[in-house]
Amino acid sequence: MSAVTDSAVSRLESVLGANAIFTAKAANRELYAIDGVAPTALAKPASVEQAAEIIRFAGKEKLSIIPVGARTKLFLAAAPPRYDVALDLTALDQVAHYDPADLTVSVGAGMPLSKLNAMLQQQNQFLPLRVPYYSQSTIGGAIASGLDSPMRNAYGTARDFLLGAEFIDGLGAQIKSGGRVVKNVTGYDLHKLLVGSFGTLAAITRLNFRTFPIPATAQGFLATFPTHEAAFAACRKITHSPLAPLTLEIINPQASRILFARAQFTPAFDSDHWQLLAEFAGNDDLLARYKRDLTAISEQSQATQVQILEDNKPLAAITGRLREFIALARESFSDAVLVKLSILPAHHIQTITVLQSVAEAANAPLAIVARASGPIYIAVSPGANQPGAKTAEPTESVVSLFAQEIVALARSAAGGHAQLISAPPQHKSQLHALFAGLNSSDHTLLNKIKFAFDPQNTFPPLSAPSTSPAAETSRHAVPSSESASQTTRLPTPPSPPPLKRS
Amino acid sequence: MQKLLGPDAVLHRPEDLILYEYDGSVEKGRPDAVVFPSSTAQVSHIVKLAAAHDTPILGRGAGTGLSGGALARSGGLMLVFSRMNRILDIDLENQRAVVQPGVVNLDITRAVEQSGFFFAPDPSSQKSSTIGGNVAENAGGPHTLANGVTTNHVTALELVLPDGTIVRVGSKQGDASGYDLTGLFVGSEGTLALVTEVTVKLSRKPEAIKTLLAVFDSVDDASETVADITARGITPAACEMLDGWTLRVIEDYIHAGFPLDSAAVLLLEVEGMIEAVTAQAASIDEICRAHHAREVRVARDDRERELLWKGRKNSFGALGRIASGIYVLDGVIPRSKLPQTLRHIQEIGDQFGFRIGNVFHAGDGNLHPIVLYDLRDNEQFQRALKASAEIIRYCVEVGGSLTGEHGIGMEKSELMPLLFSDADFDFMRRVHDAFNPKCALNPGKIFPLGKGCGETRLRPHPSPSQANTPPEAAAPSVTPPTPVSNS
Repeated sequence: MSAVTDSAVSRLESVLGANAIFTAKAANRELYAIDGVAPTALAKPASVEQAAEIIRFAGKEKLSIIPVGARTKLFLAAAPPRYDVALDLTALDQVAHYDPADLTVSVGAGMPLSKLNAMLQQQNQFLPLRVPYYSQSTIGGAIASGLDSPMRNAYGTARDFLLGAEFIDGLGAQIKSGGRVVKNVTGYDLHKLLVGSFGTLAAITRLNFRTFPIPATAQGFLATFPTHEAAFAACRKITHSPLAPLTLEIINPQASRILFARAQFTPAFDSDHWQLLAEFAGNDDLLARYKRDLTAISEQSQATQVQILEDNKPLAAITGRLREFIALARESFSDAVLVKLSILPAHHIQTITVLQSVAEAANAPLAIVARASGPIYIAVSPGANQPGAKTAEPTESVVSLFAQEIVALARSAAGGHAQLISAPPQHKSQLHALFAGLNSSDHTLLNKIKFAFDPQNTFPPLSAPSTSPAAETSRHAVPSSESASQTTRLPTPPSPPPLKRS
Repeated sequence: MQKLLGPDAVLHRPEDLILYEYDGSVEKGRPDAVVFPSSTAQVSHIVKLAAAHDTPILGRGAGTGLSGGALARSGGLMLVFSRMNRILDIDLENQRAVVQPGVVNLDITRAVEQSGFFFAPDPSSQKSSTIGGNVAENAGGPHTLANGVTTNHVTALELVLPDGTIVRVGSKQGDASGYDLTGLFVGSEGTLALVTEVTVKLSRKPEAIKTLLAVFDSVDDASETVADITARGITPAACEMLDGWTLRVIEDYIHAGFPLDSAAVLLLEVEGMIEAVTAQAASIDEICRAHHAREVRVARDDRERELLWKGRKNSFGALGRIASGIYVLDGVIPRSKLPQTLRHIQEIGDQFGFRIGNVFHAGDGNLHPIVLYDLRDNEQFQRALKASAEIIRYCVEVGGSLTGEHGIGMEKSELMPLLFSDADFDFMRRVHDAFNPKCALNPGKIFPLGKGCGETRLRPHPSPSQANTPPEAAAPSVTPPTPVSNS
């Protein structure tokens, strides 16, 4: 701890009282470390006012602050250039307002997500945010990390049901946006900017949501396919049918092995093949219709096995594991590189064909979970099968090969982009910068927002894109077809760009 | 400008400009010139030229807005997007369309309905309002209860910033990388950038639709029914309420088949898979009857269904036949507070001496109290404004909001302090200034006086005698502005 910060922290203590500030134990501070960088001090404000005071103080003293919740997803963040104070918001865990008859709720950002859903469940309601590290996550962390949920197939992403928020900006001012009614266009939708902001814009203190009735009897459908082409063909038929399943996911063999390695319930399927999992709900007639139609569609698409998961228990066991795919993949591969690749459904088959061939060539295990609406979660273990490198450093070339391939795939998939979820620390800054170059929005625009929220850079900076485009020389994906498709738009039937194999 | 765009793309004579000083609100503001760009590049050129001359600019679609969002409050240059009205791409496989801002809302649906798709946001103005305007205001409509509003259906935007820079935000797939800028720009009421291209989601047409008309002998019973449907977790595709007095006015005009002696009706729609629709319709029927519905009628065919919706969507137009001035409010309340709020609106009407009609999106608590007044009577107009402010104040008091879908514009900006503090305004101003630092773009909107910018050149709110003067009276030779039919 530098002398300057040291005295700043003790002054902060005198302002707030030692109860809110913990500096002493290094072990405590280690719990808040991001990529090995631990904060100089911890602050755990008991109120929003106290949190605002800490941020104002930090602004005056030029200290950098990172707001944190239950710290389950710190690995998502880039290593911070500075980290003076960890602002632990878990004490802000009160329910500010719950109107079950209006299906709206307003809670402190530190409220554990599982606790919130337990409360809602008493009124037969829930929040469709089935995010990884679910049982420990706070609602504020779930929003700030912006991870999506399989339930988006039916309910959309958080931006679709977040009605408003209160937050503290980088100057320590308490700001609100939106409201707590289900329809509202009063003022700018600033709260949407907080989704996926990773604490770079503001400290979120309160979130207002629309809640949803828990669907009547939910059941599951699991089908096994010999190839990814067959699995996605079935998936496409389902999304283009009148069926409206709650979730619709495709899982590759490696992902199945990760998901069900030590599961209490393992579905009886051939884990060498691709799986399609759908959840659906409703009355008896509706359930019968889903079973009938899903089975028929799957059989038309060469499914080798279909099963209905009627009991809630095995279904919950499977969907619970699937929700934790990111966590399980990180446990399974010590050197896991995890990426969320956001593309359009029409690009699924060719994108996965390319990824598989790259993995094969590099002899690296590749796990894939794809959502019907587009995003694909990819986990690759670059070092697992490399001779003499079983648990050691991932092979540099494999990581870089994959990263470049992903960038190229995102580029060729008109407007696709990639987000680094997790990687060994030595690769993170390079990969963050590489993927930030794919930002659909101009980086200068993002910086304008950052500056409006946090003019003094009290909160951590955004990942800046790397200056040299790294993926120009990919072997597999052809260069972007975006520019071509722009000029020949309407007359040509939409189709994914050709991805030539070399 | 004429050199840049050609002589037929610029209007500057007062008799031409008068057409553009109205929208669907009670406000008024005349631009100094109107231009009709036909490409993004032209928009960028115009904006740069205006910036060089320090001239305020604003965008406008069809001018159907109900909050004065597309009025030139400070004069200046108005860009009307009616020539940028092409659908650029339809991608049914991925359920997306890319359109120019001047495309009329309903035309998106018309282009894809043969293939079984539609564009979900359906403001009542959808036959004339444009997607650019819908994006600026984050427009809603009756079917947003289940389907969501405009922001839920826009995945990417091309924009021209007030310095003329052309930028893109969002992605065709929709997930934001970096911050969700699309979410910020949608609903920013044309104060941050001009929208020049919009990527929208296309929704699959439902397999089955059932439209129900529930007839009540008391408004209380109807509003209790809505609160109960909501509380039981049933989400119809639409749940609209019309009070008896209003529906008699409508019936006289549209002949939609509304029962003339009822106190209120609910127009409900359920859609989705056949099995779900049948079950939902049965539950709704049961709840309506439990709350003393006199009759629950299911539309027999498309013709009857369309007629009922025609009655609903033309209700403001029908009211326009019996009063010279119509003031439509847009407050939002928690659904649980619906019965008490409707009673309170009645009391406010009595207190101020107005008959206040109610035709609104009951299912999402989005009220549209309609205050009728004589627009030649200044005292009555002022009283109507006071009564309206009272209603909005009450909405906020019970946990609601100023506007659900019409926007703040210049009409409700002075009510903003009911919800926001000085710190909030300072913050919003920073976000505003990040994109529109010189206040060149659509000045005098959203922010209350003293909190916004560019106020030295603002023109005051209109006095009632000039506000929304019927175009017949003001300028007999011109076409009237698009009729008030938004909701």
